[in-house]
Amino acid sequence: MTAAMIVVDGLTKRFGDFTAVDHVSFEVHPGEIFAFLGPNGAGKTTTISMLVTLLRPTEGRALLAGHDVVREQAAVRRAIGIVFQEPSLDDRLTATENLEFHAVLYHLPPAERRRRIREVLEMVKLSDRADDLVERFSGGMKRRLEIARGLLHTPRVLFLDEPTIGLDPQTRRHMWEYIFGLREREGITIFMTTHYMEEAEFADRVAIMDHGHIVALDTPEALKRQVGGDVITVRTANMDQDATLIEQQFGVRVQRYKDELRFEVEDGETFIPRFVREFPGTLHTISLRRPTLDDVFLKLTGRTIRDAELDQKDVQRNRLRTRFGMRPHR
Amino acid sequence: MTWHTLQAVYIIWRRDMVRWWRDKARIISALTFPVIFLVVFGNGLSGAMGPLVETAGTGPASVGGMAVDYKQFIFPGVIAMNIFFASIFSGISVVFDREFGILKEVLVAPVSRGAVALGKTLGGASVATVQGTLVLLIAPLAGVELTLGMVLRLWPLMFIGAFAMTSMGVALGSRMKSVEGFQAVNQFIAFPMIFLSGAFFPMRGLPTWMEIIVKVNPASYAVDPLRRTVLEAQGLPAFVLNRLAEFGLGLELFGRPLEVWHDVLIVLGFGIVMNALAMYLFSRGE
Repeated sequence: MTAAMIVVDGLTKRFGDFTAVDHVSFEVHPGEIFAFLGPNGAGKTTTISMLVTLLRPTEGRALLAGHDVVREQAAVRRAIGIVFQEPSLDDRLTATENLEFHAVLYHLPPAERRRRIREVLEMVKLSDRADDLVERFSGGMKRRLEIARGLLHTPRVLFLDEPTIGLDPQTRRHMWEYIFGLREREGITIFMTTHYMEEAEFADRVAIMDHGHIVALDTPEALKRQVGGDVITVRTANMDQDATLIEQQFGVRVQRYKDELRFEVEDGETFIPRFVREFPGTLHTISLRRPTLDDVFLKLTGRTIRDAELDQKDVQRNRLRTRFGMRPHR
Repeated sequence: MTWHTLQAVYIIWRRDMVRWWRDKARIISALTFPVIFLVVFGNGLSGAMGPLVETAGTGPASVGGMAVDYKQFIFPGVIAMNIFFASIFSGISVVFDREFGILKEVLVAPVSRGAVALGKTLGGASVATVQGTLVLLIAPLAGVELTLGMVLRLWPLMFIGAFAMTSMGVALGSRMKSVEGFQAVNQFIAFPMIFLSGAFFPMRGLPTWMEIIVKVNPASYAVDPLRRTVLEAQGLPAFVLNRLAEFGLGLELFGRPLEVWHDVLIVLGFGIVMNALAMYLFSRGE
């Protein structure tokens, strides 16, 4: 019997003949920051929607703080806080009114309601704006207020669906400070989704998702170790021929990506001089960097997250076209 | 229903009230639209139509003592119209709540969806009743005399009508995916319903098909008791009040003139069915 905070077993969601989430299984430990990384349309939000009881799974099951997400919805809902991908505040209400609304829905007694509202507003540094209408807030302030709201009823798990989307880099950094601080102060489990790989690096463990499957799940370091040592990127005069040439001569696996050749080597710094010396073709550029989670994604799926997003946009655009009978215009 | 559920219903109700109060444009239009209706249509048509019930004339409409002109006639119709549009708008506002994400926040809360639908309905019905009450402020424009008794009797009638129509709005809105659908509802449901409710024309000499539509239309039974109550307060003699249907001023059903409590039962019945439907559609999830 594990004391996992979230247990997901064979969770599946189909919409018609499209499988958005395909037999996904994983566990999240208490106090952990767990991240779903993947392109838009990979099934991250669909998975979260099932975990927070907004969508009914087609197959499989999930336990949240020991409660079944289908059969014990009320218990699950009390145990979780959610910050949705899209804003979900009432602009016509003040910050305090938005929090009161939430507090009553979550059944906080009046005295505790006032105390918690004060606390969470303080935590996200919005105390001085408590009685301002939310429509006068900036994007970052709204996000902070949503996080405050998600924490108001002291949930055991906080879900953050793309928490920093649409925020400027500075606000994003602040947001992360809050999130780390939260875990320390409130000891809560954080489940987040992101398609920014540099954000996934902050998590304790990362599940990489693509086409409704989890293709890898581990700590960011372990995932990056899968890639090998360092990533070498070269541009040469004759790409097709040189790819095979490099594979044969240096015993590495070369991936061609646009007008670059990429491969991994143990010790990049000593490899480069050797490569420059021994490479028989014409070398235009060579570069070395430490692997990122995007390299992991590339290695596992054959494309980068950005490519996957572009593909996804095409899919969506085509869907819209069919739906509204629009034709692609030149 | 537990205490917690009641509190949830209350806070959802309060949100709609607060939003309404802050939306000054909505309040102003809730006041000006009736004024335009009464002043333009009322004055424009009452001359052409003449008294609908007159005192000293010799025609079939003559009764001793009083006259009812078109402005007085449509006054309760304008109240009903104000309530009706406010109700439908509030009901459909679940679509806006969905569009702006607030609905999601409510739907993941540990509150039954029935409670959410009920809070939404009561909130909308209260807003609509207030909007109906605003029309009373312009009673002098219609030559209608306000009495306390009349106002006290109008309120519950307004609220029941508002409750029924908001329930219908929530039922319509709960399955609607986009704000665009709101326009369609306005054009194909709200406008026909209010215009074919007898709010603006007497029920006399109508083509049979139209009469049938008016009588099938539940909105008609929300207008009728308002009109009976308003006319009664204008000091019409009892024998006229008992024969309102003959003058086309009141509804009759299956050859029997209706009384206020008949109307109330019909509207309440419609409202309860719509409310149950709204709750059902709402609880079925996304």
